[in-house]
Amino acid sequence: MAGMNVRVGAALLVAGASLAPAALAGDAPEAARRAQLVSLVRQDCGSCHGMMLKGGLGPALTRAALRDKPPRSLVATVLYGRPGTPMPPWREFVTSAEAEWIVRQLQEGTLHER
Amino acid sequence: MSARTVTIAAVAAIAAVAALIEAAHAELGLVVERATGSLQLVDNAKRVSLARIDGLGDLSHASLVYSGDGRFAYVFGRDGGLTKIELASAKVVARVVQAGNSIGGAISRDGRLVAVANYEPGGVKLFDAQTLELLSEIPATYGNDGKRAKVVGIADAPGNRFVFSLFEASEIWIADVADPRRPRVRKLANIGREPYDALITPDGRHYIAGLFGEDGLALVDLADVEAGARRILADYGRGQEKLPVYKMPHLRGWAVAGPYAFLPAIGRHEVLVVERAGWREVVRIPAHGQPVFVMARPDGGQVWVNFALPRNDTVQVIDVERLAIVQTLRPGKAVLHMEFSGAGDEVWISARDDDRVVIYDTASFARIAEIPAQSPSGIFFTWRAKRIGM
Repeated sequence: MAGMNVRVGAALLVAGASLAPAALAGDAPEAARRAQLVSLVRQDCGSCHGMMLKGGLGPALTRAALRDKPPRSLVATVLYGRPGTPMPPWREFVTSAEAEWIVRQLQEGTLHER
Repeated sequence: MSARTVTIAAVAAIAAVAALIEAAHAELGLVVERATGSLQLVDNAKRVSLARIDGLGDLSHASLVYSGDGRFAYVFGRDGGLTKIELASAKVVARVVQAGNSIGGAISRDGRLVAVANYEPGGVKLFDAQTLELLSEIPATYGNDGKRAKVVGIADAPGNRFVFSLFEASEIWIADVADPRRPRVRKLANIGREPYDALITPDGRHYIAGLFGEDGLALVDLADVEAGARRILADYGRGQEKLPVYKMPHLRGWAVAGPYAFLPAIGRHEVLVVERAGWREVVRIPAHGQPVFVMARPDGGQVWVNFALPRNDTVQVIDVERLAIVQTLRPGKAVLHMEFSGAGDEVWISARDDDRVVIYDTASFARIAEIPAQSPSGIFFTWRAKRIGM
């Protein structure tokens, strides 16, 4: 885990200002940051998963599609990607706490409306 | 008047009307507003918005093609919607939802058929361009257990053909649609892992698919399909670790300029330059980020490049003569697409997160004008109607 934390730290240092995670792991994102995260999910995750999150080159991220997936493994997928697939790591753009928040919203189905 | 004179007069009148219709459509275009499922009809000569067309569903990865005379556009929506727009009235004249999830389409050289590439269910569907009646379906079934692949990189090719790639199957298929109700499909296997998009050269001779699962690209000579696909640039990234890819490059559009083809290096901050004569690498041009669109100005003098997240506020210009970057511009947040005017003297650039389209002079690089638009993505001018693979 120590090696992983060093990598995350390095990633945070190189992240661009506007995209830098606002909160450190453990803090819940604040309203302004939440709006950014919603936009990130719809627009940028949406490049592959569809803006409506119904899938594209990547699988659907709808509530139904994620119902039986363990949240921890989804959070890990967001942060570290899926080697061997086109899914990239997003830890340069979101903290662990933010990834957890995104996964919770996806599993509750709150990000699907426009 | 003799019957013959009347016929000649009638033919001349029809030709004149056709010319008028073409002239009236010559400098129009459509801008996709991805978040609101709408299009803006624009006049690219006057640099104004003429109308907004609503009700097209999910346009988050939308593209479109034009009928040969530029009168109609066929819009391919992410949600499987296929919508026919009449530009003169700025109205939807036909619409079908033909799949659960689709990625793009093409129109046959003779304008009779529209083909849509679908992710879900994976395959291609052929439609009558006039009525949008479904004529046939080509399921992208591969392997032995009936699985269907996602179809990408569909292009119209000379000789009543559509060419496309199967992402999971690593295959390129060439469909002869002379009889659109019974297409005949030639399948090329083992073309390289995970083709993600493709282009056809402006002369219609070569089809090139980019590969995500390995370095290099797959090249098919459409004049000699039996020779199969061959790998080009197979070792451009050897020994280097790829960067994470936050947006897949798009190959469609002309990346061909002069004797070269310009291609995005996947997972690298580079544009690859290939010699068209032998398809060998000439040089790699270091760039600001990972290229998404690499587009040649219609005269082939410049190539414009935009980039993936997080470097997507920037556009760079390559001078084809010097094979070097000569300009770096910052049009706005989340640059998604670029479209040249037919003459190439201007370029329109969509900045999604700034809700505007920015217009530049391609000679002076001066910012000429802006058009407000809601989350704009693709920009498509009607000069595409006459070009192959557009």
